[in-house]
Amino acid sequence: MSGRVLVGVKRVIDYAVKIRVKPDNTGVVTDGVKHSMNPFCEIAVEEAVKLKEKKLIKEVVAVSCGPQQSQETIRTALAMGADRGIHVDVSGKDYENLGPLQVSKILAALAKQEDAQLILLGKQAIDDDCNQTGQMTAALLDWPQGTFASEVSLEGDKINLVREIDGGLEHIKINTPAVITADLRLNTPRYATLPNIMKAKKKKIATVKPADLGVDLTSRLEVLKVEEPPQRQAGMKVETVEDLVVKLKEAGRV
Amino acid sequence: MLLGLTGGRLLPSPRRCLLLCRHIKSAATAASGVGDGVLSAFRSICGEDGVSLGEAVREQHGKDESVHRCCPPDVVVFPRCVEEVSALAKVCHKHRLPIIPFGTGTGLEGGVGAVKGGVCFSLRNMEQVLDLHPEDFDVTVEPGVTRKALNAYLRDTGLWFPVDPGADASLCGMAATSASGTNAVRYGTMRENVMNLEVVLADGSIVHTAGKGRRPRKTSAGYNLTNLFVGSEGTLGIITKTTLRLYGIPEAMVSAVCSFPSVQAAVDSTVQTLQAGVPIARIEFLDDVMIDACNRFSSLSYSVTPTLFLEFHGSEQSLEEQVKTAEDITQSNGGSDFQWARDTETRNRLWKARHDAWYAALALRPGCKAYSTDVCVPLSRLPQIIVETKEDLIENRLTGPIAGHVGDGNFHCLMVVDPNDPEEMHRVHLFTERLARRALAMDGTCTGEHGVGLGKRALLCEEMGPVGIQVMRSLKDTLDPNNLMNPGKILQREEP
Repeated sequence: MSGRVLVGVKRVIDYAVKIRVKPDNTGVVTDGVKHSMNPFCEIAVEEAVKLKEKKLIKEVVAVSCGPQQSQETIRTALAMGADRGIHVDVSGKDYENLGPLQVSKILAALAKQEDAQLILLGKQAIDDDCNQTGQMTAALLDWPQGTFASEVSLEGDKINLVREIDGGLEHIKINTPAVITADLRLNTPRYATLPNIMKAKKKKIATVKPADLGVDLTSRLEVLKVEEPPQRQAGMKVETVEDLVVKLKEAGRV
Repeated sequence: MLLGLTGGRLLPSPRRCLLLCRHIKSAATAASGVGDGVLSAFRSICGEDGVSLGEAVREQHGKDESVHRCCPPDVVVFPRCVEEVSALAKVCHKHRLPIIPFGTGTGLEGGVGAVKGGVCFSLRNMEQVLDLHPEDFDVTVEPGVTRKALNAYLRDTGLWFPVDPGADASLCGMAATSASGTNAVRYGTMRENVMNLEVVLADGSIVHTAGKGRRPRKTSAGYNLTNLFVGSEGTLGIITKTTLRLYGIPEAMVSAVCSFPSVQAAVDSTVQTLQAGVPIARIEFLDDVMIDACNRFSSLSYSVTPTLFLEFHGSEQSLEEQVKTAEDITQSNGGSDFQWARDTETRNRLWKARHDAWYAALALRPGCKAYSTDVCVPLSRLPQIIVETKEDLIENRLTGPIAGHVGDGNFHCLMVVDPNDPEEMHRVHLFTERLARRALAMDGTCTGEHGVGLGKRALLCEEMGPVGIQVMRSLKDTLDPNNLMNPGKILQREEP
């Protein structure tokens, strides 16, 4: 076992930003808007670093797919404790069409190239809410998957996992190598401190192109339109129950 | 101040100042102090949506988290930039309308009550973080940016703003009240950490207290206007930008708890720890009544005696040394059960008592409200004032568990009181006055962190003396001759 963990980190619009739709309805405004690491990716990085601190794995490699700015996201992962980074350079139209299918192909190729024992991802990204990349990556590699993980423990060459599901908590045991996606309660990510940010500047980030990995980025999806949710209408006060019933009937609700 | 407060709402109080409060009117007659011409001027400045006469909106903007009664303004305006604030202020100045700035409404001394009606400037739509300079450790923010929002914004830079009054308050509001918090012993209060302010004065002029855009780490240029406005509680101008000093996020943290046989032993340990040069980050005191309440509320089993909660920040190596030094000191003062923790989960468990103190106090008497006192004395007088205060509480049959930022000599009695019992409310009122006077007699102040607001104006006169108050009045009269800026706060005025 190589003891190497790949952690996927995605650069997304910061969770605190008020999202605005572009006037041409083709997407949301991203220019000049604050971006940061997807919160679930932060949790994945934290879990990987914790495993390394417990000496259960040897190396944490942070991976991000996107334009030049994705390197900032990798640097944050390095400041949190990742050892090195891989930036898969995707920009322009290819970046606009980049989705879970393409990313999972890239991650599968990297996992083979890097001889990874484990892939840790966030359960979903807060911009597209797809919740697909982890699952697709596992399928492409034919690896077991532990998604929505709220607890992870390594036991020899197996992993004990607790998953958060609708009915409660599910305990499973899977073989390695495996793909795990992190849910909210897995851990509390550490802050990047200044000394660690300084140290991270010296860590290496390799740049590769999807073509180098033999990955085809063609998308089968086309975004037709993006629009804001309908504006909330003002409420109405009524004086009596009879009035209420009349209004409800008018609105076709009863 | 402390941790997350749940405000005590609409308590009747015998305080004389509350009789100045105007009645809540219905929306139709609300604008009687504000004519239609003025309203349309407001609307042309900040848009139709930027002016509200709604009763609920005005009530929301007439109260904070103190025990003072809601004093709603006549109208609430929502400017979006400093130019709009200035234009609105000019209109108010022309028509002699009171101006009350409003941040998050998390104050504790009734500072936002519109005791003479007027116009509340709700600044929440000005919520940008501007001009972050990580290498210079400074950032400029607008009034809608709260402490937690700024720290979330900064998280990837390795920097943070450590002043932590408990509530998620507006940073400009914190500047206006000279807020402090549990971290002050190491990182200082707002006074030490505000480098520059943009302020709109009563006549609409805009002033930059250290010069526009300037952010040197130190200066000796002219009068210190920045610290004139810090703590002015909206009575001298509306703060529309504040430039703050940032610090590096600590590499690691250790929390510790220790029990002591007496208040004196706990305070002695604090003083000696500071004298030993330990850069302790938080040092919080809980008295035996408070510990007992916490034990019951959180099912803990701390020894029911004065207790210190400590937090250390630093590198792994320096933490070891800090904790060892502190532990030795506490032991030499009779401290026992010294426990410490490094990882987040255990640290939170150790400090749980301190975090839940407010709720634990409330749980002592269900159905009651809580009010926090706030005085500060030199460290050496702290044991005496706490002992005398506890005797006062017992003698007057009052429930007042004590929590204190003992590294600053600042402590709070969390007065748990039945709002429907005017006699008890009155006893609490007299107690807090005695407490403030006790602090003043010990070279201290009547308010360490919460500000003067409505309730401590008379005490401020005692604290400053007539000449001091006269200097303050002169400054106020110069900057705001018509007394439009948040009237009724800080300084008492003779009624015309």
